[in-house]
Amino acid sequence: MNFNHLTSHKMRALAASCAVAAFMVSSTAHAMNTDVTIGMQLEPPNLDPTGGAAAAIDEVVYANVFEGLTRFGPDGSVNPALAASWDISEDGTVYTFKLNDGVKFHDGSDMNADDVKFSLDRARAEDSTNAQKALFAGITSVDVVDPLTVKVTLDKPNGSFLFNMAWGDAVIVAPETADNNASNPVGTGPFTFKNWAKGDAVMLTRNADYWGEAVKLENVTFKFISDPTAAFAAMMAEDIDAFPVFPAPENLAQLGADPRFEVVVGSTEGETILAMNNKKAPLDNIKVRQAITHAIDRQAIIDGAMFGYGTPIGTHFAPHNPDYVDLTAQSAYDPEKAKALLQEAGVSDLTLTLKLPPPSYARRGGEIIAAQLREVGIDTEISNLEWAQWLEQAFRGKDFDLTIVSHTEPFDIGIYARDDYYFQYGDADFKAIMDDLKGETDPAKRSALIAAAQQKIADDAVNGYLFQLARTGVANAKLKGLWENAPTQANDMTGVYWSE
Amino acid sequence: MSEQTVSHPSTLQLILRSNGFLIGAGLTALFVLAALVSFIWTPYDATQMSIADKLKTPSAAHWLGTDHFGRDMLSMIMVGARVSMAVAFVAVGVGILAGVPLGLYAASKRGGLIDEIIMRGNDLIFAFPSLLLAIMITAVFGPGAVNAIIAIGIFNIPVFARLSRGAALSLWQREYIMAAQVCGKSKALISLEHILPNITNLLIVQGTIQFSLGILAEAGLAYVGLGAQPPLPSWGRMLNDAQTLISIAPHLALVPGLTIVLTVLGLNLMGDGLRDLLDPKLRRVKS
Repeated sequence: MNFNHLTSHKMRALAASCAVAAFMVSSTAHAMNTDVTIGMQLEPPNLDPTGGAAAAIDEVVYANVFEGLTRFGPDGSVNPALAASWDISEDGTVYTFKLNDGVKFHDGSDMNADDVKFSLDRARAEDSTNAQKALFAGITSVDVVDPLTVKVTLDKPNGSFLFNMAWGDAVIVAPETADNNASNPVGTGPFTFKNWAKGDAVMLTRNADYWGEAVKLENVTFKFISDPTAAFAAMMAEDIDAFPVFPAPENLAQLGADPRFEVVVGSTEGETILAMNNKKAPLDNIKVRQAITHAIDRQAIIDGAMFGYGTPIGTHFAPHNPDYVDLTAQSAYDPEKAKALLQEAGVSDLTLTLKLPPPSYARRGGEIIAAQLREVGIDTEISNLEWAQWLEQAFRGKDFDLTIVSHTEPFDIGIYARDDYYFQYGDADFKAIMDDLKGETDPAKRSALIAAAQQKIADDAVNGYLFQLARTGVANAKLKGLWENAPTQANDMTGVYWSE
Repeated sequence: MSEQTVSHPSTLQLILRSNGFLIGAGLTALFVLAALVSFIWTPYDATQMSIADKLKTPSAAHWLGTDHFGRDMLSMIMVGARVSMAVAFVAVGVGILAGVPLGLYAASKRGGLIDEIIMRGNDLIFAFPSLLLAIMITAVFGPGAVNAIIAIGIFNIPVFARLSRGAALSLWQREYIMAAQVCGKSKALISLEHILPNITNLLIVQGTIQFSLGILAEAGLAYVGLGAQPPLPSWGRMLNDAQTLISIAPHLALVPGLTIVLTVLGLNLMGDGLRDLLDPKLRRVKS
């Protein structure tokens, strides 16, 4: 009896301690779940979004460390940020921003109208190193009305001014710290900069004095892994919690099948094109260019090079944009027609150079396109180039016949109006359309002009339009609140949290 | 007495007794055959893509499976063998044609200024790691099979120059060479008629070893994207392509990887076996 009694006593004690232990384990696990590690393929050259064009800068600091007057939401909408509200004058040239009260920079100083004036004046100055100076081109003056009110005057109405102010290049910085932002960024965001282990990771930590809604994460680490195989290994080992732009599409099926991970496929602004040198014979002949566009089987490229991730495009425009016109049928895969067009053009025994930069969409896509062109009787001479060589030879030197590259800037159809751009189009009619668009503010008329521009470059078969790059992200299934699409270059961590 | 007890086995007997040589020669013959057959026949066109059939594991239709573009791996390996062997063969040829005359000439001018210049020049090339040198050359002159041949060939020159000079130096001390000299034969003629035939064994053995190194170097260059360019199949590039796919389609890496290993192993075994067979001293000891 006694023995039994003791045992049951012991059992109860054991059970109690087990329960305590279990509680402790769960509570420590809970405490740990405020840290997140985000994988990125490229390391930023610096951390100042107002002083560099590299996408990786914004991918670390946008919305996390720095904020602007307005900001992009996950769906690409423009929302209030440091500016709580704004009034637009009748004629559309004067914007009066009401700033949020109590906003402090990470160094403790107040953010007020003077900082806004400083930031905008600095960005639009003659000697500004801002990578997107065009965003500020229409500003004629920035005036401080009172510490929380600032008035921006434009030379003419600009429907996209609030959109422009949401860019990472238009964030508000403090005069005292602006010069050191490259290595020690000081902003107003919900995370402060903690440490940058060059070649490895950037670490951010929660800003306890944040003016807005407090974020749920304590620490955010951006880890840089350039090799796709290593990225996959790090993901599988759970060293990385999320890889918003996962570099190896071939592994996505495997990661998606793993219950630990969630694969999110969104859209990007990356139009992937087979660029043709429009001024170099025989590509100056529209029939030859049309033949090439008909020789390309887009779906085979998407399946073969991108493992099915990507949307076919028929012109240089993003399919998720409301003004997109689907022109893929105009250059449908038709090898017979391609051969006929080549014959009409009187071209035979054609050998073209195909210069490929490093990304897999180019290297793999290039091999597939070479095979497809061979089917219609065009031989290609492939050379695989590093980025520096590609920029030197193809982009600046214009020494190429064909090349494959993805244009990732939003709304970049305007590059077709440039004379000296690498594919050398610069058609007068197209330029006229773009000039009309610049002066047009009526939404319906703008849409019509944008459609005309898309149609024009498709009609002229300027380039072979392949597909829109997909944003293929992988994340731990318990991690919530990441962006699905990429309306701008960013890894916004403000809404991210662990579900348990 | 002792001369009589030592029996001299025939060459054929020795070959059959040398397992290593047989295995090596067998493997080498297999890949040479694959390369030769690829000129007239491959199961499929090695560059023909069929995206729908991608990443198939080995089957009756595709003996070694298909790659990420749906190309037949066996056909690619066969054409790749042609590329690898051609590059290695020509590179060894460059090494022999340039290196041996240099070495023989240096030996005939032993200790002279020309000897010094030739051999220090060789040391200079030798001082660079071979693959690094090859990468440097292809980086400067551009990637491609021809430049890979040049790069690997240049590295082969000092190997053969040193070998032939060393062997020739000891031969110059022999009586029959002295006799030829006394008869008034020119040094060049002696090198050609008496020295060269006597170092041929060494050259064949070294050539086999260099051939296998050449195949490795070609695969290495192709792996880093500096060898034969697509669409021409190449073992090294097949390995590179397989790298990110290794977890979903391991055969993509295994097939070219094993091919390279077996080819190099075969050539090395054959080289070892040849040395045993061709070296008279070893022949006597072994019997």
